[in-house]
Amino acid sequence: MPVLTRWFLRSALLYLAAALLLGVVLALPGSVALPAFVRAMNPAYFHLFLVGWVTQMIFGVIYWMFPIITRAAPRGNERLGWASYLLLNSGLLLRVVGEPLAATRPQSGFGWLLALSAVLQWLAAVLFVFLAWPRIKDKYRGG
Amino acid sequence: MPRLSQWMVRAALIYLLLGFTVGALLLAHKGLPLHPILWSWLPAHIEFLLLGWIVQLAMGVAFWILPRFWEKPSRPRENFALAAFVLLNLGIWLVVAGTTFQLGRGALLAGRVVELGAVVLFGVHGWGRIVSRTGK
Repeated sequence: MPVLTRWFLRSALLYLAAALLLGVVLALPGSVALPAFVRAMNPAYFHLFLVGWVTQMIFGVIYWMFPIITRAAPRGNERLGWASYLLLNSGLLLRVVGEPLAATRPQSGFGWLLALSAVLQWLAAVLFVFLAWPRIKDKYRGG
Repeated sequence: MPRLSQWMVRAALIYLLLGFTVGALLLAHKGLPLHPILWSWLPAHIEFLLLGWIVQLAMGVAFWILPRFWEKPSRPRENFALAAFVLLNLGIWLVVAGTTFQLGRGALLAGRVVELGAVVLFGVHGWGRIVSRTGK
């Protein structure tokens, strides 16, 4: 298993645990006094689950298992993969912090965190598609 | 990777880009308001990513890696999987038409029915391929 795949998969598992933990907290009855910051994390819960866990797990497995391009450069430009990994995770973590901040302190100017998070995650997807596209092919047979 | 899987995976990656593009606009709009009409794209964002990206990728990879048979055809009832591919994508756009483009509940309902049909057809294709090495 390539090193990048290990990072994708281990990160994905951490996000799954984080999402489920947040799910437990958000499911606490209304009588439990939670900070408004935490109550505003419902969208973060879904995205920890679907971006952090599902999409990141898929990225890691695609990078590992899809047909290689050539023996010399089996998985294409590995730097693109690392850039995608870093952008996806930094963007997602920025969202997890920035979304409740912007929701609970709308006058404090934290909105740019969300815009930056959006750009980072979007770039991660673009780079990953660019990396994976040439590997959607028949099995490599040499040459 | 068989040709049909290539189509499904390519389509899935295109939906990933569509879904992330809409999602990025929605998230940015949350922080720095861009245009109120963007919120009407939330159902499309969900549809592109759940059905177009995740479900379609799973179907494409399943068609590729589920056990094949020694005798031809090695992937029986392939036409069912092909029909599933067509119907799933038709269903996604009908749902988007019914929600984001507000063409009415008829389009939404038709889209959901077509998506269900796609999954049933894919199940008919794949059921017999869920076997052990001994074929049981």
